[in-house]
Amino acid sequence: MRIVAKPLASIVSAGVTRFGIREGLYSRELFVEAAQEAFQGCPNLSPKKDVDGLFVGQMSESYEHQAHVAPMIADWLGLLPVPAFRSEAACASSGVALRCAIYAIQSGMHEVVVVGGVEKMTHLRTAAVTEMLGMASDYPFEQWHGISFPAIFAMMATAHMNEYGTTQEQLAKVAVKNHENGMLNPKAQFQKTITVDDVLKSRTVASPLKLYDCSPISDGASCLVLARPGLARNFTDTPVHIVGSAQAQDTLGLFEREDVTTMNVTKLAARKAYEMAGIRPEEVDVTEVHDCFTIAEIMAYEALGFCKPGEGGKLIDEGITRLGGKRPVNTSGGLKAKGHPVGATGTAQACEVYLQLTGQAGKRQVKGAEIGLTSNIGGSAATGVVHVYRRGD
Amino acid sequence: MSIVEVTRMTPTPPPTIESFYRFCAEKKLMGVRCNRCTKVTVPPRSVCSHCGASDLSWTELQGKGRLVTYTVIHLPPAQFQAIAPYAIGIVEFDEGARLPGMIKDTPFENLKIGMELQTDFETTTPQEWPRWPRYFFKQS
Repeated sequence: MRIVAKPLASIVSAGVTRFGIREGLYSRELFVEAAQEAFQGCPNLSPKKDVDGLFVGQMSESYEHQAHVAPMIADWLGLLPVPAFRSEAACASSGVALRCAIYAIQSGMHEVVVVGGVEKMTHLRTAAVTEMLGMASDYPFEQWHGISFPAIFAMMATAHMNEYGTTQEQLAKVAVKNHENGMLNPKAQFQKTITVDDVLKSRTVASPLKLYDCSPISDGASCLVLARPGLARNFTDTPVHIVGSAQAQDTLGLFEREDVTTMNVTKLAARKAYEMAGIRPEEVDVTEVHDCFTIAEIMAYEALGFCKPGEGGKLIDEGITRLGGKRPVNTSGGLKAKGHPVGATGTAQACEVYLQLTGQAGKRQVKGAEIGLTSNIGGSAATGVVHVYRRGD
Repeated sequence: MSIVEVTRMTPTPPPTIESFYRFCAEKKLMGVRCNRCTKVTVPPRSVCSHCGASDLSWTELQGKGRLVTYTVIHLPPAQFQAIAPYAIGIVEFDEGARLPGMIKDTPFENLKIGMELQTDFETTTPQEWPRWPRYFFKQS
């Protein structure tokens, strides 16, 4: 018999904006849009009275020339004077914010908190955004030598293909699958299907990665209302419990790692999160992984224990991770098709799992999903965050 | 006497990134060797990245190594647009440590994981920060 793990915290509502080009909106306004959806979905919650903390993930001050965003967002949400925190871990900023929110609840110092993430990026030129994203790599040894951010993942792909025989077609199939799922998510940035051929014929960004192997530049926000497990029923009949939460770090520079074909942070965090949750990888019903580049999804399968090292390509070939397959991954469309407003991504993954486990995922619903998992990485996987969720029965 | 001159005269410069690139200007690839576990760490620092000891000494690397992985960048960051496409890779030196950098004077079709590469140094120093000459790799 399975040991039922004690919940660390409970999601009582969630909200996410439409991702994509959101012209005319500042990040604070996007965050409010996500939070309002979460608040409206939870009529028993009185935000001003009940919420006692705010956690925001955001990668960079540079996009909007705006630092000190936590009080600003608390103000725009009408939550002043609750303590507000901002965390930065590149693309894992809100995954880390979620962990901070769990710490707050587990400490006993907070009962109900809002945790989310946001990024506003599309108002800048592509070259400027590329440079800002590149800041997540090592400046004097990577950026300064002309190593772009896609190049970091391209080097992982080169090594993975060399070591295991993974092919460009297999990488392309990840993009094709995620675009198919994005078609079923009205909030996804891309609402069109693509073919393997489209991916292979798109321009090379950094070999072997093509333009369609890369997630887009996006605006968007995501938000969860998180409560102490004992209080969850005051707010909803259908809470989703977080039963595993783990994080690991690696060297900032890819070059300092022994094995560039593995995301060690995800492997370590997953192992711990499974242990906390008392589950095995094969028990996960629905998963969101960090497909900033297609190779990252293949490597995530392996790090999460969905297959053996080197067999990620086979998993995509066999259709196991498709919607309708045995182990659906990135039902939201993933970063590739849903979009990747970097600070918003970690909690957006949690929002998708919340929708799936509460039966609200519409056309992309995985029937009877009970256990969910999210895997969020920062930079070249110098940060790895894994959460395991269980439907509250 | 300027600060730069004083630093140059110091017999053992501090194990910093600044010192590493200062050595590059002298065409030397320098790391630190741990006096406890004997392993080499590059970039140099005051704590061994292998065993955590803080008893380290400067050591010169020969600059020869093998290509661990690589990519050819077609869509570069803004300041590298003039030279694209260009190859970059990670090299593991014979002494054990690794560094990433540009691979020059090597046709893209010759790039192969495991190939032998040699370190060389640029002779010019960029005008903008940080004002260091870069190291790079080429076919040996």
